[in-house]
Amino acid sequence: MSTEAKRPPVPSPSPSPAAAQKRKEKGTPGDNGADAARATELAPTTPGVRRELLHSMLLQRRFEERCAEAYALGKIGGFCHLYIGQEAISTGVMSMIRPDDYVITAYRDHGQALARGVNPRSVMAELFGRQDGCSGGKGGSMHIFDAKTNFLGGHGIVGGHVPIAAGVGFAIKYRRGNQVCVCFFGEAAVNIGAFHEALNLASLWDLPVIFIIENNRYGMGTAISRSTANEDVLVRAKGYRMDGESVDGQDVFAVRECMARAVERARKGKRPTLIEMRTYRFMGHSMSDAVSGTYRTKDELEENMKRDPILLLHNRIFEAGELTEGEMHKLDDEAKAIAQDAWDFADASPEPPLEKLYADVYADTSS
Amino acid sequence: MAVVTYRDALTQALREELQRDDRVFLIGEEVAQYNGAYKVSKGLLDEFGPMRIVDTPITELGFAGVGVGAAMVGLRPIVEFMTWNFALLAIDEVVNAAAKMRYMSGGQFTMPMVFRGPNGAALQLGAQHSQAWESWFAHIPGLKVCTPATPADAKGLLKSAIRDDNPVVFLEGEMLYNTKGEVPDGEHLVPFGVADLKREGDHCSVITHGKMALVAMKVADDLAKEGINIDVVDLRTVRPIDVEAISRSVQKTNRAVVLEEGWEICGMGSQVVDFIQRECFDDLDAPVLRVHQEDVPMPYAKNLERAAKPDAGKAIAAIKKVMYLD
Repeated sequence: MSTEAKRPPVPSPSPSPAAAQKRKEKGTPGDNGADAARATELAPTTPGVRRELLHSMLLQRRFEERCAEAYALGKIGGFCHLYIGQEAISTGVMSMIRPDDYVITAYRDHGQALARGVNPRSVMAELFGRQDGCSGGKGGSMHIFDAKTNFLGGHGIVGGHVPIAAGVGFAIKYRRGNQVCVCFFGEAAVNIGAFHEALNLASLWDLPVIFIIENNRYGMGTAISRSTANEDVLVRAKGYRMDGESVDGQDVFAVRECMARAVERARKGKRPTLIEMRTYRFMGHSMSDAVSGTYRTKDELEENMKRDPILLLHNRIFEAGELTEGEMHKLDDEAKAIAQDAWDFADASPEPPLEKLYADVYADTSS
Repeated sequence: MAVVTYRDALTQALREELQRDDRVFLIGEEVAQYNGAYKVSKGLLDEFGPMRIVDTPITELGFAGVGVGAAMVGLRPIVEFMTWNFALLAIDEVVNAAAKMRYMSGGQFTMPMVFRGPNGAALQLGAQHSQAWESWFAHIPGLKVCTPATPADAKGLLKSAIRDDNPVVFLEGEMLYNTKGEVPDGEHLVPFGVADLKREGDHCSVITHGKMALVAMKVADDLAKEGINIDVVDLRTVRPIDVEAISRSVQKTNRAVVLEEGWEICGMGSQVVDFIQRECFDDLDAPVLRVHQEDVPMPYAKNLERAAKPDAGKAIAAIKKVMYLD
């Protein structure tokens, strides 16, 4: 079958300089020099860092394109929610935290896992339901866990993990540590009680938690205007005496800058932050629904895809003359090769042995 | 052995385990300054301070989730629900998070935590405050469920629960806090999955747990005066459940009554009867009968409440029926 046809309509990560220039002249929001200058102060980048950011985002994109392909082939089952279009958030956030910090997220979790540094092989093997998956094939797409990178899942009940993040923050405070806990969820989660209970506790108890609303404007097929009385989700921060900030989630530098402030507030001020990161998902809610046509229009999708976060970063780097087109292609080829390697590894990994069915329901009590 | 109340036995267990392991903390509504809604945590704030005895707002889902998160990264929380009726607001954290975290992470994250509080009907508290939840939680793989009936078991099981590396649902009898009993001096631990034969007899087995074990003991004492001697098998934990002890007793007496506080449909007793029919099919001399709460929400009026609850009279009638004495 043609796998290319199954691929999402992603803009080429290596557009011509002329096209980049044209976009610049049109003044694409979030793609201007002033932002970059400001971001440089709080979250400075070097050419090397910028290259790493691009690599991280490309890896997520290429990896998930293969996920879509694997899903079509029946290699991945169940629910599978792709992150394509939102990669600047995962990459930007992870680039601003330490290895000993904690990350917890909802079910659209592949991007965060890869950006956090979870081995792509173990993520793909988990999606394939294989023995070498990070959860031994018992978790699946929605439940990526990786203790080595303090990646605390992968949770499938909307909002259910937000109080858990407060608990991680509580444990940090209990131990007098200076880590932070970053908690991702979609904008639809702000209407569920768990979100409110968690924010209240985090502020009441001064917990070092950074709550990140990835506002992609749709909770499954329900637009925010149809679900949320006040679409300005940041007012929820005020309600809990919490600092809040809204940022262009397609701009990895803006994400980093905002995170720099939140991390400082958590580490030094021991205070939580609520951040709205405005973004858009380029795929359907999951693999089982159309990309557009039912609850959002093709025009809207195409308009938003012009602000592909990978394209925005690419343009910056390219315009700064930091990478040639050839080097850019090489970076993309590397990402593709890692995704291919993950696929090959997952495909070769055996199914979990049946004797594992009853393993890990309970821990042996040892304390 | 000292004679102490069920309440004090629980407090002893909490104090000893808080002293033993500084990863252990208690969190819930009114547990600190107020000394606990049922005074189980009396004095603990003074001894351990506000970081380890933590008052929360009325936010069951929130603080249960805090417990889950803290357990995931290595602390050993004890989450107190003022009553288990309120815990329904937090059931997502108990069932979807705590119970499954280890399995769905392929064993990467353990959940060493206890959810505890009073369970079952007291007196005239009405429909929303008079419920026994053990069958709900016993249904869930990944959880362990304790239902202590006596002060000794309360202390020994709670200490085991706190040391267990799995999420434990610990159901205290709301009507039991003031009951007294002997508690062994020194370190006292009760293992999970080991029933206790609270009375011995050859005529009939009564299989029970929690508050109903006290009812069964009273029934045993009363029936002994009539020359009827019954086994009272107190399960103590309903997950894991001691199937061997159930079989041993029924194979001896050939008759069984299953007594529980909850409702009939999908109650703990349904499961016990299933074990009995599988393990003791050829041993039975009569159908197994069940005694449980009537199939209604708990009414407020004193007479109706009495009629709705399982009690000694209903248990005795069932025992006599399986013995063909009625």
